[in-house]
This record gives sequence, C-alpha cells and structure tokens, in this order.
Amino acid sequence: MLYRQGNAVTSPDPARAANGVRVDHLLVADMVSPGSRVLDVGCGDGELLQLLERRGVDGRGIEISREGVNASVAKGLAVVQGDADTDLGDYPNDAFDYVVLTQTLQATRRPREVLEHMLRIGRHAIVSFPNFGHWSIRLGLLFGGKMPRTKNLPDTWYTTQNIHFCTIKDFRDLCGDVGAKMERAVAVNFWGKPLRLPAPWWFWNFFGEQAVFLLSRKDQ
Amino acid sequence: MADVELKARRDISDRVREAEHPHSQVVRFGADKPLKLDAGIELAPFQIAYQTYGTLNAARNNAVLVCHALTGDQHVANVHPVTGKSGWWEIMVGPDKPIDTNHYFVICANVVGACMGTTGPASINPNTGLPWGLDFPVVTIRDMVRAQAMLLDHLGIETLFAVTGGSMGGMQVLQWAASYPERVFAALPIACATRHSAQNIAFHEVGRQAIMADPEWRQGRYLIEGADPRRGLAVARMGGHITYLSDAALHRKFGRKFQDRSKPTFSFDADFEVESYLRYQGSSFVERFDANSYLYLTRSMDYFDLAADYDGVLANAFKDVKTRFCVVSFTSDWLFPTVESRAIVHALNATSARVSFAEIVTDKGHDAFLLDEPEFLTIVRAFLGSAGKARGLAGH
Repeated sequence: MLYRQGNAVTSPDPARAANGVRVDHLLVADMVSPGSRVLDVGCGDGELLQLLERRGVDGRGIEISREGVNASVAKGLAVVQGDADTDLGDYPNDAFDYVVLTQTLQATRRPREVLEHMLRIGRHAIVSFPNFGHWSIRLGLLFGGKMPRTKNLPDTWYTTQNIHFCTIKDFRDLCGDVGAKMERAVAVNFWGKPLRLPAPWWFWNFFGEQAVFLLSRKDQ
Repeated sequence: MADVELKARRDISDRVREAEHPHSQVVRFGADKPLKLDAGIELAPFQIAYQTYGTLNAARNNAVLVCHALTGDQHVANVHPVTGKSGWWEIMVGPDKPIDTNHYFVICANVVGACMGTTGPASINPNTGLPWGLDFPVVTIRDMVRAQAMLLDHLGIETLFAVTGGSMGGMQVLQWAASYPERVFAALPIACATRHSAQNIAFHEVGRQAIMADPEWRQGRYLIEGADPRRGLAVARMGGHITYLSDAALHRKFGRKFQDRSKPTFSFDADFEVESYLRYQGSSFVERFDANSYLYLTRSMDYFDLAADYDGVLANAFKDVKTRFCVVSFTSDWLFPTVESRAIVHALNATSARVSFAEIVTDKGHDAFLLDEPEFLTIVRAFLGSAGKARGLAGH
C-alpha cells in the first residue's frame, strides 16, 4: 500500500539508504534467508519484491492499489490485486516461509486478524511500522496539542489512511496476545540508522522512528 | 435475384472449401487417432488447421500457443485469406511485439467445431460425403484443448513455454493449465472466466435463436440445400458485438449521431451511426463465418464450468500446479467482469501458485484485449519476459 507517501526528494531521505533502497526494506531483506518463499502484503510498486528476487527469493505480492499492482506486474513480479483485510484468508497454511508487511499494518482495518493470518500462512512474519511512541510524535501532541504530523507521516488526521497507529510497546503486546514469538526486532532512528545497541524497550519506543519485527509462531 | 443466388452459392462453396482445404497448414488424424469428445463420441478422421510464426528453437521450449476467441481463427498475425484484413492480434504477436516472434515460436490452431479448416459442422462428414451440419457432435472447451494437445504431439512439442488467449481463448488457457499442467510453463488467461454466467448463456441463446429463426437455416442443412442463413447469423453477430463493447465506448464512438443525414427519416432505415455500424459488423461477419459453427462454439462456452469437473472446488483444478499465471481483466468488460478473474486468482492463491493479476483501466469493454491498450501490452511483455528468464530462454 502506498500510504506512506510524501518523502521529500530534495534533501537526502532518511528513510532511504545511500543506494536509494528504503531502510526498512534493507532490514527486512536481511531477515529473509535466500531461496525462501515470501509473500509481501501491501507490496506497493514491488520495490521490496524486486530487492528480494535479486537475492534469489521466490516472491509474491498483494497490493490494494491498481497502479501499484500494474507497476509490479510490469516489472515481471507475481503480484495480485487484493486487500490485506479480506484476501489473506484465501491462502493455505504454511504456504510461505515469510509473510512481510511493511508500513501497512497501521492502515489495515483489523490489524490483529491480519497478523494472525500472516503467522498462519507463513512460518515467519516480518512487520515494519512507524512508531507512534517516537519522541517527535509525543512532543508534537504534548506541546502542539494537535495530531502530530512528521516528515514520514505528513498527512492530516482526516486524510490519512493510517487508522491504527501503535507504538513499539503496543505492538509487543499484540505479539503476546496472538502467540507470536519475537525472533528479532530492530528500531530505526530519525536519521534512518538502526538502533543496534542492546537497549531497554522504553528506549526503543522513545527513539525508534520505525520498527521491524521478525516473528514466528510460539508453537513452532 | 439470380445474381444474388449465384453469389450465395459461390460463398457457400468457398466456405466449404475453406473448411476442407484451408489456407493454413493442416494436420490430419486418421481412424487410429480419434479425438475423444466429452460427448462420449470419438471423432475420426479429423483435421486441425493452424498457423505458426517465428522459429521453434533447438531445445523445443519456446513455443507459445495462442487460443482464439469465439469469432476468431488461426490467422493471428497474417493477412486473413478470406477477408484480406490483417490478423486479429497483430498488435500482440509479431517481431518486437509483446509476444515477440523473434524469441517465441507462436502456434494458433483453429478450434474444433470452427469453420476455418479444423473439423467442424461445415466440414464433410466422411460417412455421407456431405457437410456435417447438426450431425456434428457437440464439442466442449476441453475437447478443443485435447485437439490442440494432439497437434503439439504431432509437432513434437512436449511443453509449451506459454499459452494465452482472451475470452473463449482464455477458457482454453485455463483448461490447458488444469488438464495438462506439466505441459504449460506459463499461462496468460485474458478477459475470461472459469464458467460462463447465466447472462452470457442468455446472450448466446439469443444469437442461436436468431440463426435458427432464419428460414434459410433449414434445420442446419443449409450447406446441403444451397441456402445461406445470412440474416440470422448477422443478427447473432450484432447482438454479440454489443456485448463486446461498452456503453461508454459506444457513446464515445457514435453517441446519437445520425448516419449521412441531419434528422430522422421517420422510417426504419439505419438513421443512427451505431445502427449502420452494427449492420456492417453483421454483414461482414457472415462472409467468413459458418452459422452452424456459431451454434457449436457458443455452446462450448456455455458448457464451460471448470470447477464442476473438480467436485465444484475451483482450486482443485489447479492443485500442485507449477505453471506461473498472469490473469488480466478490463474495467469496462461486462461480459467477463473483473470479479470473474478475481475468482481465478483466489483459486490460484489457495494452491500457492505463482500468479500475477492486473486489471486494466479502459472504456473499451471486452474487446479491449484485441486493441492497443499500452499498459496491457506492457504487462504481457513483462510477464513473458520474466517467465522467459525463469525458463532460461535466449534473449531474456
């Protein structure tokens, strides 16, 4: 889903690495083992899938916007038009090694069900999302008294597609509720740099601008 | 009157000749290789007329089978021998076109039941020496695909790189993937469905009744009796043609414009441009198509219900399929609307097949698959390109 638009192109984009690849995409790609089967839910114009296929991954995608689907298919990617909220039910159990959801969870109507489907369809789930607990958002609300708008979340409250924001701590709680095991978690700071130091959750929740989680089912 | 009758007789003999000795390559199967029909009949002898474009490579792995639609034929990308017009898919097939004949060996066979050289109701029944007419057995989409598989065996092609087609051609693509999954590397069904809807069966029935209501149809014996149900077939074509377009496209093309006049004539002449256009479509169609073939081919589409062959579960039709799919629909296609393509995609997802699905925005209706739709052409090219890379085809 191309919901998180509006990244400025004039100045160096903190959401992108020096080679132009989105930082969260690189983090996701590093979590995926080569040769595996991946379903990218909300794959946009197929940028991550292309990155993954270059690394020898067998990738599939679902995308809600027709423009995104057609752009992906025109790149030769296996992408279908569909809605994360309604169409994940069509996929059988354990069909993929990884089911990926980048920057889309907050735009789904039922995030919990989406996450549960991901853990059912894939042996692993990888989720990246903007952290609403980031200091700039907290300060924005505390001092501005208005719904915060940042460089990476530029929309107004009445135009945004992001209807289910959460913080890193919130997401950790949801993982517990759905019985997901957290295998890895990485937070990325305001300048697009991963916070790699071992740090307590409150630190990540305060300084992490976005987060990427690698999950698996507890019963595995 | 005598002239008209003479012309009709000449047209008829031309059509019978085209059915028996077409302007195409022909493979004839004798009594030892009958076509086993779903109707429980073995059709033998029978023949298949086909066209090819490009070159089969040494590995014999670059063949693309194009399946034609109801009123199409095997003349995909060459001048049509009867009408003199260019091939029906020249926008798609040819050197440097999306289905690039520099890379692929393209085959298109006239379907069984049609009238351009593959055995059908206008062909000669060997038991009587006369055209089959309604004695010809009713054929299905699966029968068409079985016949195509026999053609490939004859050509020594074990696996197709790709099979594609729109509308009835798309039905054949789906049947190919279900019947011979191991023989299809990539499948590109366009503007089609896994079963014909009640509305579509209804339209077809109107067409058939128009043909049968023409006294010249003579209970299907017109070729034997020297008659020609031109008016019935033309009306069938006119009705069908409307379903291939869209309200928006008709409005854009014709609106309420008058034909060569500025005001209504208060008669039943073709006052409106759209009437004149439809009449032309009808009258040109009858020059190249056999009325009985129209009955048989519409029937084959009506009978098509892929899931029914697999306990009503569509996904079972594609169980363990290794074929990669690209499904395409068009927003203004009301004959095979996007929801039908989505059902295909859902079934393929349920089997974790590798599938792409694109819906193309256009107001050109069902016929959009035959027209210059740049995004559609790009997608076909890209899908075949990436499949070709996976197949290890040269030039990919």
